[in-house]
Amino acid sequence: MSNNTCDISNDNYAVTVRNVYKSYGDVKALKDLSLDFPRGQLTSLLGPSGCGKTTLLKIIAGLLPADSGEITVNGHPVTGPGPDRAFVFQDFALLPWATVLRNVAFGLELRGVSKSEREAIAEKYIADVGLCGFENSHPHELSGGMRQRVGLARALSVDAQVMLLDEPFAAVDEQTRRKFQEDLLNLVKHENKTFIFVTHSIEEAVYVSDQVAILLPRPSRVSEIIKPEGFRHKDADSIRRDPEYLDIVDRIWSSLRTYVE
Amino acid sequence: MMRYRSYLITFLSICIVFGAWEIAGRIPVSYAFPTFTETIAAFWALLIKGTLFVAYFETLKPLVVGVLISAFVGIGIGLAIGLSRMSDWLLSPIFVVMQTAPLAALIPLLIMIYGIGLTSKVAVVLIMAMPVIVLNTGSAVSNTPASMVEMARSFQGSKRDIIFKIILPAASPIIFAGLRLGVSAGFIGAVLAELKITPTGVGDIITFSRSIADYPSMYAAIMSIILLAVIFLQVLERMEILLFKGRGRGHASEE
Repeated sequence: MSNNTCDISNDNYAVTVRNVYKSYGDVKALKDLSLDFPRGQLTSLLGPSGCGKTTLLKIIAGLLPADSGEITVNGHPVTGPGPDRAFVFQDFALLPWATVLRNVAFGLELRGVSKSEREAIAEKYIADVGLCGFENSHPHELSGGMRQRVGLARALSVDAQVMLLDEPFAAVDEQTRRKFQEDLLNLVKHENKTFIFVTHSIEEAVYVSDQVAILLPRPSRVSEIIKPEGFRHKDADSIRRDPEYLDIVDRIWSSLRTYVE
Repeated sequence: MMRYRSYLITFLSICIVFGAWEIAGRIPVSYAFPTFTETIAAFWALLIKGTLFVAYFETLKPLVVGVLISAFVGIGIGLAIGLSRMSDWLLSPIFVVMQTAPLAALIPLLIMIYGIGLTSKVAVVLIMAMPVIVLNTGSAVSNTPASMVEMARSFQGSKRDIIFKIILPAASPIIFAGLRLGVSAGFIGAVLAELKITPTGVGDIITFSRSIADYPSMYAAIMSIILLAVIFLQVLERMEILLFKGRGRGHASEE
């Protein structure tokens, strides 16, 4: 019987986090945190800085161990990094000495895919993120936005079901950021993947998410889960003028403002 | 134009130094201080006779052996220091002591242990060259950008992949800079060994010329050391620019 319930939850949720604790020395980063991530959807982790959202993401990625609690991805407990997850880094984490092609193929290279095969896959994703013709450029020859496209292509090319994005647009300029957000909506729609997205921008979270989890700091816990559903079907341009979108942004701001010094 | 001007200024500075030398030699500052032109003449004579080549064949032996050992072992130990805190605590102090030790005072001890042959001279070169290579490598390795290592871990890179595809390439410009400093320290070590242990090679020219008061030859030998070191460092610097320009082409980890 218990097996049965387990299966049901697996179908609905790609990632589950149960009663997770994490401390850095005396500092409690996460306290009894539980959260579910619906399959095929984008969930944002939103909160002021120091609320542990990146810590949570890295625990899900298997890059950091939790002190206690259980994290599962597709029903399997997380014990370390795995092929079912791919990470996009805030500072891009590209190899400065390698070309765009090698950078995009690097995830596959580490997973032991042969050179010709991984480069063919990388070519496809380089085209997908709009970097055709830059295969042989080095990261220092690209703009910040283009570098993050390389980071995104690298994560997509390993074909993981769960994409973990750690403030991916924080280091790019505002115009590029808006374009990225629109592209991300398309990506969620067309790729059958689960996205977990860390951000400190309320507008960004509400704009791109199916579900926004608001984390409050010291120690971190989920204070509220908001599902902006009313405008999800609308096209990218009209979301930003949608009254529900604006309402949710306001509501989140009023609950977060007390935590901002 | 800019490039041309930089050469011109370098040339000017060389002229000033040699000009001052010439004047100081003509005053003379000391009986034992030859003029620049006398030194050049002696240098030419040593070159023609082939004495310099024979001498450097001797001097370069401990230098090359010492620098090669320093490079391989030094980078290895530096890697260990940068990767694990345990080996940092265990090994770093040794090299800090080595770097600050008054080498000339230690040479009698080295002679007692290793005798007066090549081994002692190599040891002197090692003591001079190794610490800077080890310590530079160690700090470069421990300063590898954390997110790059995390990236490799997140894609399930093995420990070996992380070292050879992330850490070493990322650290290589600083490792190379350490190598360059190590080589110049090695030069000092090699000559010091020849002056303090047994006079062979260039050290022999210096010691012998001084003993017969042939000061121009003595200074010519000293000048040749500086010249060779400068040329060697220039070559290394060119190599460095070639290797790390645009951070990539021909890189060790590139397949």
